Amino acid sequence: MKKVVITVVGKDTVGIIARVCTYLAEAGINILDISQTIVSGYFNMMMIVDMTSSKKTFDEVSAELDRAGEEIGVSIKCQREEIFDMMHRI
Amino acid sequence: MINIFEVNETNKMIQQENLDVRTITMGISLLDCADSDLNRLNQKIYDKITTCAKDLVKTGKDIEKEFGIPIVNKRISITPIAMVGASACRTPEDYVEIAKTLDRAARAVGVNFLGGYSAVVSKGMTTSDELLIRSIPQALAQTEFICSSVNVGSTKTGINMDAVKLMGEIVKETAEVTRDKDSLGCAKLVVLCNAPDDNPFMAGAFHGVSEADCIINVGVSGPGVVKYALESVREADFEVLCETIKKTAFKITRVGQLVAQEASKRLGVPFGIIDLSLAPTPAVGDSVADILEGIGLEKAGAPGTTAALALLNDQVKKGGVMASSYVGGLSGAFIPVSEDQGMIDSVLAGALTIEKLEAMTCVCSVGLDMIAIPGDTKPSTISGIIADEAAIGMVNQKTTAVRIIPVIGKNVGDTVEFGGLLGYAPIMPVNSFDCSRFVNRSGRIPAPIHSFKN
Repeated sequence: MKKVVITVVGKDTVGIIARVCTYLAEAGINILDISQTIVSGYFNMMMIVDMTSSKKTFDEVSAELDRAGEEIGVSIKCQREEIFDMMHRI
Repeated sequence: MINIFEVNETNKMIQQENLDVRTITMGISLLDCADSDLNRLNQKIYDKITTCAKDLVKTGKDIEKEFGIPIVNKRISITPIAMVGASACRTPEDYVEIAKTLDRAARAVGVNFLGGYSAVVSKGMTTSDELLIRSIPQALAQTEFICSSVNVGSTKTGINMDAVKLMGEIVKETAEVTRDKDSLGCAKLVVLCNAPDDNPFMAGAFHGVSEADCIINVGVSGPGVVKYALESVREADFEVLCETIKKTAFKITRVGQLVAQEASKRLGVPFGIIDLSLAPTPAVGDSVADILEGIGLEKAGAPGTTAALALLNDQVKKGGVMASSYVGGLSGAFIPVSEDQGMIDSVLAGALTIEKLEAMTCVCSVGLDMIAIPGDTKPSTISGIIADEAAIGMVNQKTTAVRIIPVIGKNVGDTVEFGGLLGYAPIMPVNSFDCSRFVNRSGRIPAPIHSFKN
């Protein structure tokens, strides 16, 4: 499994999750987990996705989500899950 | 599975607290390039470096993108050139030709620095060692990416005082020939005692003869992360303080370990070591002095500074060794002046002197680092400073180093700007009493009694 963590941070607005999920569905990327909070008025979401059967490369997904984020005024970042695993799990 | 708080903690470290991987350094052995013909030697060196390191920078950038962690520098360290050039070089100018070749190779593969224009002369100097040392000023003046180091002593061998004397002159000469750039050449020249073979940090990086043909060493950083972590334990006791530093160092080192494993796998080059040093940058908040202040000092340099630094250095090591099985290099807290805004502020406030910095080097991982001193400082005084640091390293069985910059044409009260990661520095006063009769005695200082372990 090729797990990637997608984080979305920014001003809360209608349709952020819809936009990201639609993109992921079209790219053939499966969502494994979603959690979301509002931290001091800011929308804060984390998704863990599986890119094993993705139609696009990591670079394409990362760049396209970055652009989508700019359009809706939030910051969207993709990172391989290992960096979090290494830091927080022994 | 990872939760949102853990993800946020990691990303906050990266985005707000300056967590980064300071360097991926590829160590390359050039011993197989040795040749008695200088042109052939240069060609072999160029070919080997540009072959081994051709994908280094791209791989670094890919890892950076995929994991979302900045990798600030991609560097190369090589076998000390005094060994590689021994049979081809007859004059210091011959060595300068090798320096230019190395510079071209570094430019071709796109690395930030190349270290290993070095000689290891801890007990004695061969003719080629001396030729290389005498070529250092011109080599640094005529190249852009080359870093040079000379190891003048060790706990096992004592201190080579002939080399110490020569290095005082060479530092001064390097300052003279790069005077139009505020003596910047000296920022790329370090004099070491007990130099490690696997250090990924500049300017002291070289690929020792005990190493394999090609390896990947990674230097992690993150003084900012430690500083922010300490903000939540301002009034806590020492146990809580140490625990906090240790846990933070663990997390930082794990990131380095991941980057090292990935780089090693993708480049098909064995992983060497993680160097878990806290390396500050001039960025606000990315400062070892700020950590010392967080521990409870008004300014770095106040009474208690050496104890606070000893504690910090030890906890960083304890957290780090749990995070990676192969910890090496320098691994501790760096205390450069010009590269650390907090240190600069302490000097400007009158809290920090060279003498206090010298005391601090007894308990941290390196030595007198990136300190600007008056341009009219005598070579023998510089040799005296080098001898003092080497003695601290020799007796305490640790690495020490001197990277001081006598800025030609400037004096106490002036400031010098090096730019980029090298930062800026106020010129610090140096004790002006003479030590030339001591330095001019020839020979070496014998190894200390506790080095005889056989």
